Amino acid sequence: MPFVANFPFVCILITMASGVLCSILKGKKAFFVNVFVSFTCFILNLLLLLYLIKDPQEFTFMMGHYPAPWGNEITFGPFEVLMATVFSLVMGLISLSEKERVFEKIKHGKENLFYLLLNLMLSSTLALIFTNDLFTSYVFIEINTLCACGLVMAKETRKTIAATIKYLIMSLLGSGLFLVSIILIYDLTGHLLLPNVGEVLSQLIASGEYRLPITIILGLMSVGLAIKSALFPFHTWVPNAYNRAMNVSNSLSSSLVMKSYIVLLIKLFTRVIGLENLADLRVLNILFTFGIIAMIIGSIDALRDNNIKRILAYSSVAQIGYIYVAIGLGTTQGLVAAGFIILSHSLVKSMLFTACEGLMKVSDNSKFIIDLKGSAYRNKIAGIAFAIGGFTLIGFPMLSGFTGKYLLATAGILNSTKMWFVLIALAISTLLNALYFIRIITVIYTKSEQKTDYNNSNLYKIALSFLILVNLMIVPFQNTIISIIQSGIKIG
Amino acid sequence: MGPNLLSNYYETVAMILFGIGFTNLFLQQNLIKKVIGLNIMDGAAYLFLAAKGYIESAKAPIIVDGITDASLYINPIPSGLVLTGIVVSVSVTAVALALIQKLYREYGTLNLDEILTQSIKEG
Repeated sequence: MPFVANFPFVCILITMASGVLCSILKGKKAFFVNVFVSFTCFILNLLLLLYLIKDPQEFTFMMGHYPAPWGNEITFGPFEVLMATVFSLVMGLISLSEKERVFEKIKHGKENLFYLLLNLMLSSTLALIFTNDLFTSYVFIEINTLCACGLVMAKETRKTIAATIKYLIMSLLGSGLFLVSIILIYDLTGHLLLPNVGEVLSQLIASGEYRLPITIILGLMSVGLAIKSALFPFHTWVPNAYNRAMNVSNSLSSSLVMKSYIVLLIKLFTRVIGLENLADLRVLNILFTFGIIAMIIGSIDALRDNNIKRILAYSSVAQIGYIYVAIGLGTTQGLVAAGFIILSHSLVKSMLFTACEGLMKVSDNSKFIIDLKGSAYRNKIAGIAFAIGGFTLIGFPMLSGFTGKYLLATAGILNSTKMWFVLIALAISTLLNALYFIRIITVIYTKSEQKTDYNNSNLYKIALSFLILVNLMIVPFQNTIISIIQSGIKIG
Repeated sequence: MGPNLLSNYYETVAMILFGIGFTNLFLQQNLIKKVIGLNIMDGAAYLFLAAKGYIESAKAPIIVDGITDASLYINPIPSGLVLTGIVVSVSVTAVALALIQKLYREYGTLNLDEILTQSIKEG
């Protein structure tokens, strides 16, 4: 095993250790630790990714060099490493850009606890992506949920606490279903490691035994993860939680938390069920249908709202719909499209929320679109970032959203029964996306009397410029990204 | 199906309990009862696991008097999973209860509907 193959384990370990370390540090030091650790994870994963681009393969790493069931394993191919790279980059950039806001909003003396949550969240996200064991994934799902809840209520006001409890209850319902599905799989196959479970399940599927239990187990597992990633109709907590929480927790919740559950689901589909059995899976039809509804309902709700944070929340609901539609097609092309949309949406949403923070700051912290009039002139970089993000989500050519939609449409065309649903939903959703994003972009670029040019902090400017750059660089590198995702999914 | 349900009575009871817990967590309006539902649900899952690992007339997997014959001991893995699971559900319950306590101080009620209506009115 090459030296680089140790990196994922090192990343999980340092993020977790730094989380513990943050509990005894002062706020600023904890911030530095968080940024340092996030970028270290980014660089380590990037190095591994470069190695895997040259030589696509899969590694299984035994922690402590004990085989299962005594030890625990992580496994990673190009797809997992790509996602980990993006998520660590997003975490680092968001942490940098929102530093000022965190120190302003969080009770003095408790900032280090906030960074503790960020580190633990990154750690659990990475562990979810890399794990090779079903029960470990359950444990890290719960850690991720608790961190996400902690972030939503970080401001400690009565409204955020009320939003958090709804989020927590929804998440617990999801993890309950996931837990029982794992236990039933263990009962049926006698294994918890993904390759072993996959082997037994494919034998059972081939022999036609235990059809009903397998359908129920996979249904419970998919629905559990769908609830946790806020697929329609389980999205009701999202708008309120996003409206009240700080933008930093919104970016992370929408870019990392929800996406890590979907990455886990894709990993389970490719490694446990196998691409050849995927098309026969009935639960995919449920995910597909809810995904289609989410694409349209999310966009309609966004169009009806006047609150920018709620609009971005509804837009996330619609994007989660896109991802589940792509997964619901049950083909390799569908999974590749899902992978690409996850990557592009993670980067775009974190940029949009960061830009939204900047626009709100120059408009007396108002969340209503009407008050944001002219804000793009007062905070230029935030205006540019918001416009690029908006056009990306609409699906403007030369931006990553277009490639995502194109991949989804081409994957949809290959599936004759679902083709028209995909194409019509894509058309309606794109139209609605255009309507609500162009409305906001027009308002923020309409001149108003307030003309003071706001001076952003340097960290905010640097981080946001990087986010813009990364978002613009997806399209020139899209062929490499798509081939990485493809090779990752095929290896799995 | 009938005899199977009776001979696997541990699993049957566990699934019924899971249903009760899940319904409580989902439908109860009282937050404390929701947390009780959560614990019933998790407890049922652990009961199911523990029942799977149990072997009639075998002993706890601790080597006594140097006897290493695996057939004399129960399967230790489900027990390990149950212990891990308990740690997870205890932490989740602790966080949920702490949140509920804060909510009660702020809103003076444990009814989730009332809390959400009040918080929506506040904007």
